[in-house]
Amino acid sequence: MSDETKPGLKSPLRRKLLMGMAALPAVSMLGRPAFADVPATSAVNTTGLAVTDSEVTVGILHSVTGTMAISETGSVEAEKLAIEQINAAGGVLGRKIKFIQEDGASDWPTFAEKAKKLLVNDKCAAVMGCWTSASRKAVLPVFEQYNGMLYYPTFYEGLEQSKNVIYTGQEATQQIIAGLDWVNKTKGAKSFYLLGSDYIWPRTSNKIARKHIENHLQGCKVVGEEYFPLGSTQFNSVINKIKLTKPDVIYAIIVGGSNVAFYKQLKAAGIDLSKQTLLTISVTEDEIDGIGGENIAGAYACMKYFQSLDNANNKAFVPAFKKMWGEKTVIGDVTQAAYLGPWLWKLTVEKAQSFDIDKIAAASPGVEFKGAPEGYVRIHENHHLWSKTRVGRAKADGQYELIYETADLVEPDPFPKGYQ
Amino acid sequence: MFGDYSISDLGAILAMQGFAGLILFSVYVLMALGLAIIFGQMGVINMAHGEFMILGAYVTWMTSNAVQHTAPWLFPGYFFIAMILAFIASGALGMLVEWALIRHLYKRPLDTLLATWGLSLILQQAYRSVFGAREVGVELPEWMMGSWQATDSIQIPINGMFVMALTILITIVVFYILFWSSWGKQVRAVVQNRVMAGAVGINTEKVDRYTFGLGCGIAGIAGSAFTMIGSTGPTAGQLYIVDTFLVVVFGGAASLFGTIASAFSISQTQSTLEFFLSGSMAKVITLLTIVAILMVRPQGLFALKVRK
Repeated sequence: MSDETKPGLKSPLRRKLLMGMAALPAVSMLGRPAFADVPATSAVNTTGLAVTDSEVTVGILHSVTGTMAISETGSVEAEKLAIEQINAAGGVLGRKIKFIQEDGASDWPTFAEKAKKLLVNDKCAAVMGCWTSASRKAVLPVFEQYNGMLYYPTFYEGLEQSKNVIYTGQEATQQIIAGLDWVNKTKGAKSFYLLGSDYIWPRTSNKIARKHIENHLQGCKVVGEEYFPLGSTQFNSVINKIKLTKPDVIYAIIVGGSNVAFYKQLKAAGIDLSKQTLLTISVTEDEIDGIGGENIAGAYACMKYFQSLDNANNKAFVPAFKKMWGEKTVIGDVTQAAYLGPWLWKLTVEKAQSFDIDKIAAASPGVEFKGAPEGYVRIHENHHLWSKTRVGRAKADGQYELIYETADLVEPDPFPKGYQ
Repeated sequence: MFGDYSISDLGAILAMQGFAGLILFSVYVLMALGLAIIFGQMGVINMAHGEFMILGAYVTWMTSNAVQHTAPWLFPGYFFIAMILAFIASGALGMLVEWALIRHLYKRPLDTLLATWGLSLILQQAYRSVFGAREVGVELPEWMMGSWQATDSIQIPINGMFVMALTILITIVVFYILFWSSWGKQVRAVVQNRVMAGAVGINTEKVDRYTFGLGCGIAGIAGSAFTMIGSTGPTAGQLYIVDTFLVVVFGGAASLFGTIASAFSISQTQSTLEFFLSGSMAKVITLLTIVAILMVRPQGLFALKVRK
């Protein structure tokens, strides 16, 4: 029981100690730049951020307590890994990254308060953080008022764009449209049953899905659309409705504990996912851990990243992650997107040759990260990422098998015309 | 919505929907029984009920892992061992909590609300520290998954039937203990008049402790059973607590019959409405109906009939 938690408990402490020790020689050098090519602090930091000749401070702001800790733990782990790797490779403009971690505690006002603390007191040069849209909406005014930079990892409903945020996850159309096209083309799917948890992301996503199905796919229709309160654990009635309407595709955007209940009851009700097509955009490898691979095997998920992706970047990333956080940890779509945050920030700082927020915001479009585990990403003018969309099929061992990927990067479109 | 379907299709759905309602009924009874004892009989507002359930779920998960590693041949039947262990673990924790916390608060029932709410937060964070923040997947033996093919078109979930059978069994045991055993008489005596019960020689402290332990132990079994249909994570207990109190309060806090009657009416309303409306709307209408009925009958469905 405990061997999977032990590394997670021990290693942050150990790393803190190591970092403390690593800081000692830096202090004794009295702030003289270690390398000749390190630009002077006064030149790269004109707005008083927490940048010294040897260090730069960033913030990590996620929930490690409360309901959302289930989801956000992976993001924290990925961000710490990225920071460690960047430091091992020489840091950012010759400066080691130091991070200050704050706990949003699954409470949106707390997120806003902690964001303010990170920006005003700690003068963080960038913040990697937030997970739910609610927490992002809570911190957005803080980041805009105090001119901070947020790297936000989660796939979300879109309809937002800010100078002070880089969205490293997919906005809704990137996750939905290619998947629906694929299922329509290869499975000949004509009828769709839309399901979701009852809050903004599933509702907005299903709205986009419905518009696409009805207006862009020939002869396709939505035969049902339903929402369940967050935390709902009883799905037998809707499963009967699905049996009655016999849709070609069940399109499921159910989140959290409800997810587990839904897939267990689906299997128990005799719906065989090897025959019934189910497409989801809310189940990553992280969620499968709780659902149980045997309960969801055969389902399709539309994401941009799967742990099983077969490319050189990912083959280095997965072992590094497991080495740091334990052999049993899994890496889901959002975890990978969180890993992109520190790297994109580093690349942007180096492109801008400055830590200043305004210069980073201006330099972000066009920044490309060739070492991304998902392959290759580039920041768009609208501060979202160009990414590929992929469809994977869940296997009983809890991993996805890649079935399809778009030939080109999909353009992010947070305000899709004709879908609102 | 029924235009295009044949009579046999509709019949099959009707039968399956009937079972869905019965399964929901069993789930509600199982959730509420432990609380009906603690809240109904002892008057303790136990906000940590969900966390006692989740302890049972974690015990099941640990048992599943241990059995798979040490005695794989036992795996098909491990669930029964797990439920017994869950009962023991949650019951023991319950008795500990009663001794450390609850017994000081019997004269201040409203304070138990705050104390147990704090306890629930402590337990949640403890689970998170010990088992990790992520949900764990409890693997079930093959025979418990899947469905029973009653006819060509009627499929009944096996785990649903398992929950039903378990609920019936536990209900019978609880009724036997409370209404036919001499210990049950002592419990009821203490509930009705603590001072008098003490005066006639009943060890009221001991009775309190075991009653609380029994309630928590049943919560543990419920949690164990719910690993088949729901999630197991540090905060999963929160998913059940509202429904659980709803069932107990609506039924009339002091009546076990009331709990069962209320579980039946709520589950049938909920599952029927869910079929014709969407999930969220069904919940809204169910809750509105309950509020309306409680306005007319604040004491709940069965409150007055319990003092036999």
